[in-house]
Amino acid sequence: MARSNKPLLWLPFAGGGLVAALVTPVLILITGVLVPLGILHLHYETIAAFAHNPIGKLILFGAVALPAWHAAHRLRMTAHDLGLGGGFTIKAACYGAAWLLILAAAVALIAT
Amino acid sequence: MSRRPYMRKVERSWWLHQPRYVLYMIRELTSLFVGLYCALLVVGLVRLSQGQAAWEGFVAAFSSPLGIAFQLVCLAFAIYHSVTWFALTPKAMPLMVKGEPVPGIVIVGSHYVAWAVVSIIVLIAAGR
Repeated sequence: MARSNKPLLWLPFAGGGLVAALVTPVLILITGVLVPLGILHLHYETIAAFAHNPIGKLILFGAVALPAWHAAHRLRMTAHDLGLGGGFTIKAACYGAAWLLILAAAVALIAT
Repeated sequence: MSRRPYMRKVERSWWLHQPRYVLYMIRELTSLFVGLYCALLVVGLVRLSQGQAAWEGFVAAFSSPLGIAFQLVCLAFAIYHSVTWFALTPKAMPLMVKGEPVPGIVIVGSHYVAWAVVSIIVLIAAGR
């Protein structure tokens, strides 16, 4: 059977879709509504302590990297739907942006 | 490959011709806002790694009127993603229990329960 890299693309895509569906809205609710309204406070000590913890790092990384990958893959497919070619440029732009975010998140979390 | 399969020309505006295609395109567009919000979160993680002053600057930036407006748009699209993603789950991963298919409403419903539970946990964790 021919080898395919599709499962490698699809598993994080589906996982990212689920994480984006379950986690992303409440995160936006916190940073976009509750913190600006002063109902909730994201104190540096609390967030930094969470990001210091290895499990905290993993949770934060998953909450960022998986939806980012999901979005990149889906944007590439949508670009295809819009007739914007299945070419290298779209692929490089979508996955390149996702990899940039994922690497930046990883580096920042390791440094914290 | 040497064969050149026939490719039918598709109008770029095909999705404007039917309301259900427009809804499909809005659903797909949610990924743009999910991606942009992820970028905001990554900026946050970078600022967090740079210390307290950088973090507080980031909090002030996303709490600005522009930050709030951007995030409200993201929130609307993110919720639309959740709703459409949950609606798809019985089709994407039909479940069989003891040889019987699990009704779609149970699969969708359990996702909504999970959504509520995860949201409450995150709110409690962030509110400490």
